[in-house]
Amino acid sequence: MQRATLDLWVGLFVMAGIAAVLFLALKVGNLGGYDSSETYLVKAAFDNIGGLKPRAPVKSAGVVVGRVAEIGFDPKTYEATVTLSVSARYPFPKDSSASIMTSGLLGEQYIALEAGGDEKMLVDGDALKITQGAVVLENLIGQFLYNKSESETPAAGE
Amino acid sequence: MIDTLLATLRRIGGRTVDRVWRMGVAARFFLLVLLHSGPSFRRFHLIVREIFTAGVLSLIIILVSGLFVGMVLGLQGYETLQTYGAEESLGVLVSLSLVRELGPVVAALLFASRAGSAITAEIGLMKATEQIAAMEMMAVDPIARVVAPRFWGAVISMPLLAALFSAMGVVGGYLVGVVLIGVDEGSFWSQMQAAVDFQEDILNGVIKSVVFGIAITIIALFEGYDAPPTAEGVSRATTRTVVTSSLAILGLDFVLTAFMFRGV
Repeated sequence: MQRATLDLWVGLFVMAGIAAVLFLALKVGNLGGYDSSETYLVKAAFDNIGGLKPRAPVKSAGVVVGRVAEIGFDPKTYEATVTLSVSARYPFPKDSSASIMTSGLLGEQYIALEAGGDEKMLVDGDALKITQGAVVLENLIGQFLYNKSESETPAAGE
Repeated sequence: MIDTLLATLRRIGGRTVDRVWRMGVAARFFLLVLLHSGPSFRRFHLIVREIFTAGVLSLIIILVSGLFVGMVLGLQGYETLQTYGAEESLGVLVSLSLVRELGPVVAALLFASRAGSAITAEIGLMKATEQIAAMEMMAVDPIARVVAPRFWGAVISMPLLAALFSAMGVVGGYLVGVVLIGVDEGSFWSQMQAAVDFQEDILNGVIKSVVFGIAITIIALFEGYDAPPTAEGVSRATTRTVVTSSLAILGLDFVLTAFMFRGV
């Protein structure tokens, strides 16, 4: 009798330990899938996605309305194709636009979805036509320096 | 003058030789335990009982410490990360520190003081009360009957406890970060999942905890088996178990980390 209760405890302990490893693998690690219930998928092509990651938030007016489901690369157009999974509770017009933004100066990147004026709504599998890629800080600085040196060169030459 | 100098020198030399000698005996003892593991696996209920004393009874301390370590990591991490507007990375910070380092190491330290000391005291007392000698008289091999089941019970328990510690820590970080402070839940989990790799991080953490388990248990068993059969001897052996195994954990952790995460 005593051994039976002891066995039960050890069994529970071993199961809890295995459950913890599973929790770490599926919820903390990258072995889990993404639950796509009650959402619709929309594709968008970007020339540059910067540091956007799968499962990053999709926000509209600052409110999280969905997640980035998948990020791929199109070898024909050389553009990044991002699949957004938007909650079915929030239908968006067909001519909505997506742009990649950064929260804070060094924060994570997200997709800002801006509603258009079309009366038809996006359905599963649609593609967004108007997109704006991520602003790459290095390019911005490079451009700034280039402009600065260009505006200063004539002054130095005179 | 020269006499005292010589005496000091002799004492240092004697201690060094003694340490090396003990090291050799411990290594032989480890091999002996491995060789005698077969019979103890055939009587698996002995191992089950040791998993109960070493693992199940350590659950409370491991779970509560894990929860609090995760909660503190969440608070402190948030304080620093929010200065850079990167509080969404809180999940990454909490989970990586737990899965890679804190989980295996802190769980092993707790395990050494909770279960390791108990093993040493038990075996030391068995030796002091001549139970081990009695077993030998009855032609029962004490290594196979007493030592090997304890070894395997603790070695099986250790990775499970470390995984539970890490999981509780992540839950603690989630409670403080998401529920209490209000970090975005999706970013918390998604950034975590993007950063934590199953093989690179979780599996390496499990390997670490197995190695720590072996080190703690063999130190605890050897100190107990080697303890002078007096009350003082057992108490000293218990202290030595905690000190030596804690140092062994930290030293081994450095070596393992250097091997595992060199490229990162």
